[in-house]
Amino acid sequence: MASKVLMKGNEAIAEGALLAGCRHYFGYPITPQTEIAAYMAKKMPKLGGTFLQAESEVAAINMVIGASAAGRRAMTSSSSPGFALKSEGLSYLAGCDLPAVVVNIQRGGPGLGGIQPSQADYYHATKSAGHGDFRMLVLAPNSVQEMLDYAFEAFELADKYRITAMLLSDGTLGQMMEPVDTATKVPGPSIDKPWALTGTGEQRPPNLVNSLYLTPEELEGTVFVRYDRYKVIEEKETRYEEYLTDDADIVVVAYGAASRIAQNAIDAARRDGLKTGLLRPITLWPFPKKPLFRLAQKATAFVAAELSMGQMAEDVELAVRCQRPVFLCRRTGGVMITPEEVLQKIREAALGQDPAA
Amino acid sequence: MHLARITIFAGHFGSGKTSLAVAYALWASKQKDRVILCDLDIVNPYFRTADAAEALKGAGIRLVASRFANTNVDAPAMPSETRALFDDPDTTGIIDLGGDDRGALALGRYAGLLQSRGGYEMLLVINQYRPLTRNLDDLCQIKEEIETASKVGFTGLVNNSNLAAETTLSDVLATAEFAAGVAARLGLPLKMTALERCLVQGEGVRRKAQLTLGEIFPLDLYKKQGWKL
Repeated sequence: MASKVLMKGNEAIAEGALLAGCRHYFGYPITPQTEIAAYMAKKMPKLGGTFLQAESEVAAINMVIGASAAGRRAMTSSSSPGFALKSEGLSYLAGCDLPAVVVNIQRGGPGLGGIQPSQADYYHATKSAGHGDFRMLVLAPNSVQEMLDYAFEAFELADKYRITAMLLSDGTLGQMMEPVDTATKVPGPSIDKPWALTGTGEQRPPNLVNSLYLTPEELEGTVFVRYDRYKVIEEKETRYEEYLTDDADIVVVAYGAASRIAQNAIDAARRDGLKTGLLRPITLWPFPKKPLFRLAQKATAFVAAELSMGQMAEDVELAVRCQRPVFLCRRTGGVMITPEEVLQKIREAALGQDPAA
Repeated sequence: MHLARITIFAGHFGSGKTSLAVAYALWASKQKDRVILCDLDIVNPYFRTADAAEALKGAGIRLVASRFANTNVDAPAMPSETRALFDDPDTTGIIDLGGDDRGALALGRYAGLLQSRGGYEMLLVINQYRPLTRNLDDLCQIKEEIETASKVGFTGLVNNSNLAAETTLSDVLATAEFAAGVAARLGLPLKMTALERCLVQGEGVRRKAQLTLGEIFPLDLYKKQGWKL
């Protein structure tokens, strides 16, 4: 009997979290991520954990703050309009240096938008999740197996760096089914949390989890320390995957569902004799700037393929320091790009046309 | 294989009800003239019978589905035309229910009509490779929840165990014992085992698989293929 199971992407995220030892899930239903909550509701009670359908998305993220402050692995999930509601809590998590895992299974926006898949929350995830100077570590899986693997990994990274790790995915990956090996992940040694609010036992002074500082200099100091940690994350945790980039003249940059589509377009371009490769960012923050700059020394042009109006393309331009033209293949509002559309952009890029024209 | 006047596919979400219902309707259309495929899924917003609309149309099958399927309208909606299936005894109906008890709730509206007009089959679709239906207790619970929500009792079982595109014949053969166990525990006959057609090419292969799995129902899939060129 095969060791794999057939899972939806959303279920795989929930299972990955459970494998990582997450025993506290707080959520609120919204399409297309509701299967995460449904799976947690079925399994959490059997594992002695907490599944709680909160009264709102805002309440759910604040419950995560509470559970995390007590040193526990906790998670919440939502989809675009629901996820945006969590912004305040995300900022407080960062201000308190609390580890947490949050999931956004994106749908079309802005506003209520629609329920079909999208990647239009890229800015929100990577640059502006809430007020203040802070970052989240953003992971972008591109298969159901990776939904499980990176949900697991997110907890390890969050605890290691006392940061919020986010899984940024979309309705396609959340809803589609693929075989998954659930036996790949075993939690590492538990990470010590001397800061957690677990009771002093009258053995030590009380811990304080807080994001309010009475003097500007003190606040600035904590932000500086946090950014030193972000620098370490940039150096050690930037993840990406390259496909046929060794001799590539044209490099397509795409993440998540769009990268699966782009890969098919690249295979077709290769059959047409166009030397094309793919760089797939797995971490969106930190963005794989160094490998892109390296590729820019050989490639003649880049194609950013995304389910948004060019949000990631800006990071590609920054990474290659505008030394090469960056073409944009985009659909939005819940419409998928097609391999044909990506192939067409690859052809335009190969002709050396001006992308702005 | 017996074809009832009305056949209902129900079960855990993601067990393959929609693919089965579409394939079963196409099979039924080779024996009967007026086949109606009725999509009563009020749960799943993405993968729907409408994905197979062309194949169904080509076979002369009437598709009754919410006009909001595959759109941005995220509200449970039932097509009013469903009633035609129950009122017209000359039709052959295939019903695709949504997953779990929440999906099965939609059938409750028609339970009385179903009971009074007879001649129906309600099939529990099982896939041993789904994470929440891997053992007899879980399946037993889901069966009871669906029957309570729909107010209709199951009459049989379909083994649809698969790993999507990675499925091999031996993956399915390995589930025969489980399917037999479920049938015995629930007191329901195993009507058939669904297998993607490419896995049972050739009379020899099919006959051999039948020895282990019982009646084989060859399945053609009509999925969204937008990623491929």
